[in-house]
Amino acid sequence: MAKGRIVVDDVLCKGCELCTTVCPKDVIHMAMDRLTPRGYHPAALVDPNGDCTGCAICAVICPDVAITVYRWVPAAKAAEPVRASV
Amino acid sequence: MTEADMVESLIYTKPGSLTHVGTHYCPGCTHGVAHRLVAETLDEMGVREQTIGVAPVGCSVFAYNYFNVDFAEAAHGRAPAMATGLKRLVPGSIVFTYQGDGDLASIGAAEILHAAGRGENITVIFINNAIYGMTGGQMAPTTLPGQKTTSSPLGRDVETQGFPFKMCEILAQMDGSAYVVRRSLHDVANIRKAKKALRTAFEVQRAGLGFSMVELLSNCPTNWGIAPAAALTWIEEHMIPAFPLGDYKVHPAAAAIDKAR
Amino acid sequence: MAKELLEGNVAFAEAAIRAGCEAYFGYPITPQTEALEHMARRMPELGRVFVQAESEVAAINMVYGAASAGARVMSSSSSPGVSLMMEGLSYIAGSEVPAVLVDIMRGGPGLGNIAPSQGDYNQIVKGGGHGDYRPIVLAPATVQELIDLTVLAFDLAEKYRWIVIILADGSLGQMMEPAEMPPMRPVRPIRERAAWALTGAKGRGPNVISSIYIDPAKEEVFNYKLVDKMRTIESQEIRLREILTEDAEIGVVAFGTAGRIAQSAVKAARDEGIKVGLLRPISLYPYPYEAARRLSQRVKSLLVVEMNRGQMIEDVRLATEGRVPVNFYGRMGGMVPMPDEVLDAIRRVHAGETVGLPGVLA
Repeated sequence: MAKGRIVVDDVLCKGCELCTTVCPKDVIHMAMDRLTPRGYHPAALVDPNGDCTGCAICAVICPDVAITVYRWVPAAKAAEPVRASV
Repeated sequence: MTEADMVESLIYTKPGSLTHVGTHYCPGCTHGVAHRLVAETLDEMGVREQTIGVAPVGCSVFAYNYFNVDFAEAAHGRAPAMATGLKRLVPGSIVFTYQGDGDLASIGAAEILHAAGRGENITVIFINNAIYGMTGGQMAPTTLPGQKTTSSPLGRDVETQGFPFKMCEILAQMDGSAYVVRRSLHDVANIRKAKKALRTAFEVQRAGLGFSMVELLSNCPTNWGIAPAAALTWIEEHMIPAFPLGDYKVHPAAAAIDKAR
Repeated sequence: MAKELLEGNVAFAEAAIRAGCEAYFGYPITPQTEALEHMARRMPELGRVFVQAESEVAAINMVYGAASAGARVMSSSSSPGVSLMMEGLSYIAGSEVPAVLVDIMRGGPGLGNIAPSQGDYNQIVKGGGHGDYRPIVLAPATVQELIDLTVLAFDLAEKYRWIVIILADGSLGQMMEPAEMPPMRPVRPIRERAAWALTGAKGRGPNVISSIYIDPAKEEVFNYKLVDKMRTIESQEIRLREILTEDAEIGVVAFGTAGRIAQSAVKAARDEGIKVGLLRPISLYPYPYEAARRLSQRVKSLLVVEMNRGQMIEDVRLATEGRVPVNFYGRMGGMVPMPDEVLDAIRRVHAGETVGLPGVLA
């Protein structure tokens, strides 16, 4: 099972591809089969092998704050406030 | 540890000091990164409700749509003067200006110099992308020698069009400057360093130590005519040699703030 | 309060302080620098804000910032410096934040000289900066009026969220006259500042002070809002003095120092049996068109006296609607007319002559 997961907001993503260039696990790819409401091909998580670690490097580089990052953590750590900073 | 002991936790989402409005910036423009770093910093410091931002004229003229703080729209180049009026009349406020290279180093050259000279307790975020973005790609004071722009179509000729302005180097000379540093937004490691510098700059303001500025080397994919990822590489290969990253002025008390955190 | 001998520039600066002015941003320029110097001493004494800015451009933008924070703020300058402020004034008008400016006019155009003139009438009264806006403009003729109108300016600026400009000249700025200073008003605390002010978004949504309306349709709606505001100002804020106009056959129209000089000439002319009166507008915007129109209906001719090439005369012509000849007597370049010169012009008008500068349509 993947340690992490990202969700890319189609409304905000402008298809700049920067996230795809920095992902250390290469699990982000441009979805060439669909367009966002603004007419861009959005980025999306493509992680068949469960490689995403939730490192959030993609969120660091995303200029549109389009990426929400989740990570499986020990239950005790989940009680900590959301780390809204990378 | 079994799977039952693990939960899916939210690691990163939009900071509260940013609104939900999608920005008008070009795909891959590092304005979005800079905005996010500023917003995260304000949130982490818990100063959103005391903050007043001053937007420039340039691509980020609509910055006030993207931040959840009080905002003023300044005339081109005049943000440091407006910020002076705001800061001195709202004691306890955190005031920042957010300016591009034309706004700060061309038409606003006098205003930024004197704000630093007076040691105004404001934080200036200087977005340097070596070109005029909003008006379609003209030469900026920070355009590199030989760089082609719409008003230097044969490449910047230093004989007739002068040399790039190194604003950190200039403003660090002022006794009123407390924290003047240059960082870059071209990769993740540098973005993280930029964020640290922004935090220090705002802490310097909070401590009343004087003028703080963080120059952020940024891109302009549209007017440089290259894709976003290539534009980040261009910053690394061309801008950093011309505008070296580093700390140009650090008030001793600012260094102490950094250490304590 | 008792009368004291006060210099004009010092008087308006102190009057602003008494009116609760919280911040002064300015730049030295003759013939009004005494105001800056007075503020430099008094504002820190009172714990208020004073900055000598790097230029008038910076000064007006500091005013813009402080006004956006909801504070009572002013600047002062003279003609070349006021030219530099035009961009800032347009932004202030387009953002509807209150501000007070005093223009102590001097000879021009360009660097000109430091002597008194009224050469900025068109620039100030017709707007000045780019776009459709007309600041309230008040023209004192004595140091007492300068004091009273400065205090009024702050109230009007806040009432209408608008710019109020005191239009005076170097002679008024430099002269010393007995006048009364009003009592000190307390400075308003920050928590009582206007709801729209930039004070930090605590317990409310963020405020934005801006003059940009990128959608032309919305910009037009905003401009209509300003039109409505100006209509209200025009209906409520006209100020003027009329002296000996009831039975006048010649109507002299003059403002500020020229009005004061004309008053002496009018009285001397009356002593000679000439039936002449004076209309002295105090508000130049809103202009007292109705009073001027009624005057033009009563008299046989008008004589406009200005310390410029003929600027207010156009407003007088508008009101006159061609009924009677509109003559003109003016001095330029910092020259101040003597009452005898104006008296001579009155006599010539009385004798049926056409009086005017070459090229100024009679």
